[in-house]
Amino acid sequence: MTDATMTAPVKAKKKPAGRPSTLALLFNNTLATVGLVILALICLTALAAPLLPLPDPDVTAPANRLMPVFSDGHLLGTDHLGRDLLSRLIWGTRVSLAVGLSATVIAAFFGSLLGLVAGYAGGRVDTLIMRGIDMVMAFPYILLALAIVAVLGPGLLNALYAIALVNIPFFARNIRGITLGLSRREFVDAARLAGKSPPQILFIEILPNVLPVIVITMSTTVGWMVLETAGLSFLGLGAQPPQADLGSMLGEGRKILFTAPHVSIIPGLMIFALVMSINLLGDGIRDILDPRLRAGSLTRPVARTKVIRDPKDIPPPSLEPGVLDVRDMRTEFQIGGSVYKAVGGVDLHLKKGECIGIIGESGSGKSVTAMSVMGLVPTPPGRIVGGAAYLNGEDLFGASDKRVRDLRGGSVAYVFQDPLSTLHPLFTVGDQLIEAIQAHQPLSGSEAKEKAIELLSLVRIPNAPERLSAYPHELSGGMRQRVCIAMALANDANVLIADEPTTALDVTVQSQILTLMNGLRRERDAAILFITHDFGVVSALCDRVAVMYAGRIVETGVTAEVLANPQHPYTAKLIDCVPVLGQPERRTDAIEGRPPVVNNLPDGCAFADRCPRVQTACRVGLIELEMANETRGVSCLFPMNKELRDDQAS
Amino acid sequence: MTKHPEPVSGTLLSISDVERVFGGERKLFGGQTPAVHAVQSVSLDVRKGETLGVVGESGCGKSTLARLIVGLDRPTGGTIHFDGTDLSELAKADRRALARKVQYVFQDPVASLNPRKTIRTILEAPLKHLTELKSQGREQRLEELLEAVNLAPEFLERYPHEFSGGQAQRIGIARALAAGPELIVLDEPVSALDVSVQAQVLNLLDDLKDRFGLTYVFISHDLSVVESVSDRVAVMYFGRLAELGPARDVFAKPLHPYTDLLMRSAPAPGRHELLAEDASAELPDPYNPPLGCAFAARCAYKTDKCLAGKPSPSEATGGQADHFAACYHPLASA
Repeated sequence: MTDATMTAPVKAKKKPAGRPSTLALLFNNTLATVGLVILALICLTALAAPLLPLPDPDVTAPANRLMPVFSDGHLLGTDHLGRDLLSRLIWGTRVSLAVGLSATVIAAFFGSLLGLVAGYAGGRVDTLIMRGIDMVMAFPYILLALAIVAVLGPGLLNALYAIALVNIPFFARNIRGITLGLSRREFVDAARLAGKSPPQILFIEILPNVLPVIVITMSTTVGWMVLETAGLSFLGLGAQPPQADLGSMLGEGRKILFTAPHVSIIPGLMIFALVMSINLLGDGIRDILDPRLRAGSLTRPVARTKVIRDPKDIPPPSLEPGVLDVRDMRTEFQIGGSVYKAVGGVDLHLKKGECIGIIGESGSGKSVTAMSVMGLVPTPPGRIVGGAAYLNGEDLFGASDKRVRDLRGGSVAYVFQDPLSTLHPLFTVGDQLIEAIQAHQPLSGSEAKEKAIELLSLVRIPNAPERLSAYPHELSGGMRQRVCIAMALANDANVLIADEPTTALDVTVQSQILTLMNGLRRERDAAILFITHDFGVVSALCDRVAVMYAGRIVETGVTAEVLANPQHPYTAKLIDCVPVLGQPERRTDAIEGRPPVVNNLPDGCAFADRCPRVQTACRVGLIELEMANETRGVSCLFPMNKELRDDQAS
Repeated sequence: MTKHPEPVSGTLLSISDVERVFGGERKLFGGQTPAVHAVQSVSLDVRKGETLGVVGESGCGKSTLARLIVGLDRPTGGTIHFDGTDLSELAKADRRALARKVQYVFQDPVASLNPRKTIRTILEAPLKHLTELKSQGREQRLEELLEAVNLAPEFLERYPHEFSGGQAQRIGIARALAAGPELIVLDEPVSALDVSVQAQVLNLLDDLKDRFGLTYVFISHDLSVVESVSDRVAVMYFGRLAELGPARDVFAKPLHPYTDLLMRSAPAPGRHELLAEDASAELPDPYNPPLGCAFAARCAYKTDKCLAGKPSPSEATGGQADHFAACYHPLASA
């Protein structure tokens, strides 16, 4: 069937220039690197304590008591019993670190185990475990730790148990939430159908997906644990004299804080440095491992796509009048070291009241085309690198930010695919509509409300005045999309850009929405740029259609003409593989292979590798979209149905 | 036909009067949580070697039905028999025995593959747990599976995120095939794919069915896809069967007005007219279901009879003996 899937694509080189490695990402974060360096220094020193030429930390020398810092033989001075502070500090750090880390590991192990079981089992087991956890959390943690140590008796090991126990809920709750989400995922159902038993599913399928979260939680709690150990020791419940520990050193120094401040300040500074470095590093690790943050949520995109184009090379508007005139628009994404040419020179011309469909497979650049027009492509990583978009003769890429803001939702409005994520869940439909109106028109509250009711009736929502106070989740998918269309129409838009507005809807609802949009554009004389992957939708609504492939328009023309006589082999193939109701035998033809990735487009025609009519000439140079007449054009050296086209031309 | 239909020879799966209610549990302090009937009195048979298409819009209960068939969920009423044995008994007693016979292909191909496992681990799981194969036999079976779904053997060592939707769905199909099942439930297997890839996967499914003598239950919201793959079609609306019959008859001469509405709503290349349906036409409230036919509110032919009581699934019959619709005023006779 498809030979392209039989031959695996060239395996990407390990760590290509594209995405930086985890370690490189960590070093990119200055604060985390500082934390790492400090922590590494402290740890190494603590580990090397037996090897270092240090005096015994527990040997008292009352003659040398309370020597100041930088004294001879005692770099950091001595304490009230004449013990060397540097030695005690290093040995004490060793103890604090060991206790903090072991407490973290114990808490992480038991907490995660409880969380995993509770989240996966659900029902009664979940209730039982989580209510137990709630009870532990109901006590103030230090009080609980004190109570545990009081029962077990003071001592470093008992303090460790207490701290671990107190922190179990923290892990359990975190992990339970993640597990709960994961165990409803399809791959868990799949594992169940593959015959795996519940423990196998929990520990083989779910655990690897939870592990990053456990690591993140651990890295952010170690510092806290060190602090708590110090706290218990400070109260005399942890390390027992003469053993040194940062907390107990601080506690001993407290009594002579005014006569010999260095005795308490030095361990205090060490605790500060240790916890601070752990937290900085922990935050850095979290930023890297957390998939949401890694995907770039930390780099907030600017309000408008960056435009970097040669001022001498701005194409002039077309001669014929039109509402929206896009000329040779090019948009790129810079991700890591590679440049993805998502839109590679697109021309579009919309007249008043006209509906143009852009059709293509996923990744063909149709959505980026739509978003680029009003600068809605996120920067970074996106940027517009060439061309122009004229709205009634005004160059949108050259306009000021304020002007673009006025035009967005004003003259040019968008309708997106998923109305549930487009509408704000916490505001009523009415609030959002009124806000959209008042952002562009100086209307009073009651006037705007009236207008909102009028708009809802316009999109045929029954009981419009009542629906104003409905929240988005109270409406069905079709109703929500109607609200979105009403918002788009709020300020008499000239151009409506609809990005797959019916893809998420059921067929009967889809046909309602299409009917509505078709009626509205006739009533209001608005132009529609309609993006879809469905030829059926295109033929229902669009006057003209542009077929996109790998970021370029490969064929354009009047909808009926393109559908009846496709000239580009890609268009023909694409039409052929759509199953049509009433023609069950039709589906036979599939397009072999896959579209090229736009960071590495081949020379010549991007479709050449999949084209049954390919010739050597197809693989050289740039193949332009050649217009046969005003509306019809194809970018193919050897178009199909050529004879028919000649007939039509004559 | 309201009761369990007469078993037809060659029936592989027999669903009788199945019901699945969500909610309705007792609350801590008296009263009950609101209940939703996701699937209600559905009876149908799947014959050996056929493809039964199930169509309907979101919320009609088709995915719940699919989960009931593969044993991921249990019915709250009625029974499902697979080859004579009660499926929910089997699921309780021996999950793996059921998984050997009935398998499932998921809608979202990428989400159904564990992101942290290689394709080899994913495909080996059913072989390990459901078959007696030793490691050498497994290796050979892996090769056969990949060959069957047209994937290169190199893919075995890769992770799911390295695959396109179409390739991931082939892996999902290979996993379903691994233990040699008799029945595969395909829950919207192509709706997440591009049209060009959709055709590839549909052709592959056809090919595999012939090669391994499989039986399919093919669930989709896309009528044209269902028409092109199915021998028989069940149309669902609001948790119940609206129409059931041979694919050709159902699509050529629909009996139920809902089937007709679905067909007229489906956009097709080259078709220009748009259907204007009133915007108030919506699904009924599932917490407060209507007494009569659920479609009555949207139906042009409704009478008082439709509002008063629900029609039985075999209220109307078509030209063919096995073509039924739950409608008092079927279209063909009108």
